[in-house]
Amino acid sequence: MNPLDVKAGILSVLSSVAPELEPELLVQDRPLRRQIDLDSMDWLNFLVGLHQTFGVDIPEADYGRLVTLDDIERYLVARSGRCAS
Amino acid sequence: MIEFLLPSLGADMDEGTLLEWKVRPGDILSKGQIVAVVDTSKAAVDIESWHEGEVALLLVEPGQLMPVGTPMALLLEPGETAADVARYMRDTLRSASTGVTSAEPKQVTSAVAERRPVSPVARRRASELGVDLQGVSGSGPNGVITLQDVERAGGAVAPPKGGQDGMRRAIAAAMSRSKREIPHYYLAEPVPMTRALDWLAQENAARPVTERLLPAVLLLKAVARALRRYPEFNGTYVDGEFHPAPRVNPGVAISLRQGGLVAPALCDADRKSLPALMRELGDLIKRARAGSLRSSELSEATVTITQLGDQGVESVFGVIHPPQVALIGLGRIAERPWVEDGKVVARPVMTASLAADHRVSDGHRGALFLTELRELLQQPEALDADLSGETQ
Repeated sequence: MNPLDVKAGILSVLSSVAPELEPELLVQDRPLRRQIDLDSMDWLNFLVGLHQTFGVDIPEADYGRLVTLDDIERYLVARSGRCAS
Repeated sequence: MIEFLLPSLGADMDEGTLLEWKVRPGDILSKGQIVAVVDTSKAAVDIESWHEGEVALLLVEPGQLMPVGTPMALLLEPGETAADVARYMRDTLRSASTGVTSAEPKQVTSAVAERRPVSPVARRRASELGVDLQGVSGSGPNGVITLQDVERAGGAVAPPKGGQDGMRRAIAAAMSRSKREIPHYYLAEPVPMTRALDWLAQENAARPVTERLLPAVLLLKAVARALRRYPEFNGTYVDGEFHPAPRVNPGVAISLRQGGLVAPALCDADRKSLPALMRELGDLIKRARAGSLRSSELSEATVTITQLGDQGVESVFGVIHPPQVALIGLGRIAERPWVEDGKVVARPVMTASLAADHRVSDGHRGALFLTELRELLQQPEALDADLSGETQ
């Protein structure tokens, strides 16, 4: 999976949860939920969307590792078992 | 002859604009059927019918602003005919008690066009800018028309001057009335959440991400069950008298992404399973944000629950939504120092608060209510298993 595709996929899921989002204003390595207002239901819907888009199941125990957009991207690439190049 | 009136949709709504009829003369209405879509300051609301009967005449047209209680349509009772409609209209005109000006049954040219999903702010902005929504393509999820779409279509550059006015005015009116009329008292109690969270983690480990439960639903159910035992916090205060509600229909405060909030009812929360509550809560949040709620959801709340969620602060002391008599506030669950067996340990704790109406209850009962809530949350499996009287 191409890293660009992963990034675009994440942003597309995120926009469906938070339509007012302006992706170009997001900083990759800052905690995502400090940058946009996602409540716990939004967050769960975001993870459901990632699951549906990437076919990756995200156990609840892993939520703590998904803080920044970079974290999420790395996690998805690793879990989908495909090479990031 | 049945007059179909614009129902009250909560203390903060006293008028609405008809957007669209969902029925035509000749249609046979069943209970719960959606009759019309009405725009309020908070959302486009699907107005449901509580009557059965044949639609005889539509009295208002799309675009018309109506106060609550306005006759919107006439329904025939069994055995009635067009002659009864004509007689009714003559009588009404003679007494001149309504604003109806034409006695001729006229066929309203109903907007056949499908209702476009559009957020309430976008709808308001469109009306401010004179933008026809039919010509706007939606860029939001599922083609929802967003504020940006409308502004683009309207060629507007400047941010809307007080675009949130209607919503803010509605909240201001309801909350001012609350603070003027309701002698609030406030209580709070920290609730240890270790057991509830452990139980949820265990439950969720076995569930795919699409079926996971949020702490929010466990809390919702616990509050609803506690309310059943303390009915003086569940009901309305009208005309100098408290009317306990037969059902527990908590209004769930949902913040809208563009600002403001609504608190639609999640009916019979005390009787529903956790997965059912999770589904309904998700659906309610989605529709509240898309600006599409049902009239019963806005008029049937018997109490309000506000949850600050995992991004919130420690506690909230709410303003009661009249004519309700209580608001339960649930703070963020966070690790705090907790004393256990003489030692200070770190434990997940949530502060539950109660704002209640002193005309109806006293602090002592309020304290018992919060204690009950705390105890219910120490037995999460019992909350899950308890479906007494569940209606599917």
